[in-house]
Amino acid sequence: MARFKKKGSKGLPGINTGSMSDIIFMFLFFFMVITTIRETTLFIRVRVPQATEVQKLEKKSLVSFIYIGVPMQGKFGTSSRIQLNDQFATVEDIQEFITQEREARDEADRKLLTTSMKIDKETRMGIVSDVKQELRKIGAFKINYSAAKGKALKK
Amino acid sequence: MPRKSPELNTGSMADISFLLLTFFLLTSSINTDMGITRRLPPPLDPSVKPPEIKQRNIFTVLINQNNKLLVENAPSDITLLKIQAKEFLSNPGNDPNLPEMEMKDIPYIGRILLPKNAVISLKNDRGTSYDMYVQVQDELTKAINEIRDDLSMEKFGVRFSQLTDENYIEAVKTAIPITISEAEPENVGGQ
Repeated sequence: MARFKKKGSKGLPGINTGSMSDIIFMFLFFFMVITTIRETTLFIRVRVPQATEVQKLEKKSLVSFIYIGVPMQGKFGTSSRIQLNDQFATVEDIQEFITQEREARDEADRKLLTTSMKIDKETRMGIVSDVKQELRKIGAFKINYSAAKGKALKK
Repeated sequence: MPRKSPELNTGSMADISFLLLTFFLLTSSINTDMGITRRLPPPLDPSVKPPEIKQRNIFTVLINQNNKLLVENAPSDITLLKIQAKEFLSNPGNDPNLPEMEMKDIPYIGRILLPKNAVISLKNDRGTSYDMYVQVQDELTKAINEIRDDLSMEKFGVRFSQLTDENYIEAVKTAIPITISEAEPENVGGQ
């Protein structure tokens, strides 16, 4: 019967790839929503310490970051350095940095500005204390010691 | 009958979206920022004398440059710190060496016995490692959080972290504030 007559080619039918792009786009949007774009390139190595009583930082837009750690490249020395935005900085630069961060925000939001300190766990407290003193002087009292959630006590 | 328009070749569309996907995967980071939140004290006014606090109301924690702890003038260990801090902050037996207790009226909670002005004084050396410092802060926070949990369990039946009513959270926070005072750091061990 003519209805059951096979066609000439016996190869597999091609898979329809039209919906493939839709699936990938869905992935794309998923990742775009759950991730945040890295804003700064770190020149220093920051491995934050672990702690158990950590809280989530709320309102990402109201957080300014201070990084402290040992430079990744040996030519910048082996002692702990401060990084603000995309460059190395000294303790004296912190006040100006905070002022800039404040000016970039709305008048109403300025009080809510939090300073998140991402500090390598090998860092000595001396430099951290200096930074904290500067923050006190400029009036940035809300701080956050960045830490990863995990078991802190290894002993 | 209108002529059928030729179909677009959508095969490369997937490639393009894959490229976009990899681009976003590389330039973004998933990690959410977590950390221990603290409030720094305002700068000291040199003309104002610091208030006198009775010795029994202060819980001193010192960390030296070798990351060793001295708690209440006795060597201690990080594993014991939480228990010591908890004992100090709750003063269960109304010990005269532990902080003075006082009946306080807290909205939503009522009258309860709380430390009058117990303060944890934390002092570190410039040579202390940051890891140790965060661990000490973590243990102290844990002690406070556990006391808050106990109070919340007793009064509201749920743990502090599971409280949803803003008023209740505020009430527990007022009853048990985070009173960690940091002294100016000392420089004994050098940088």
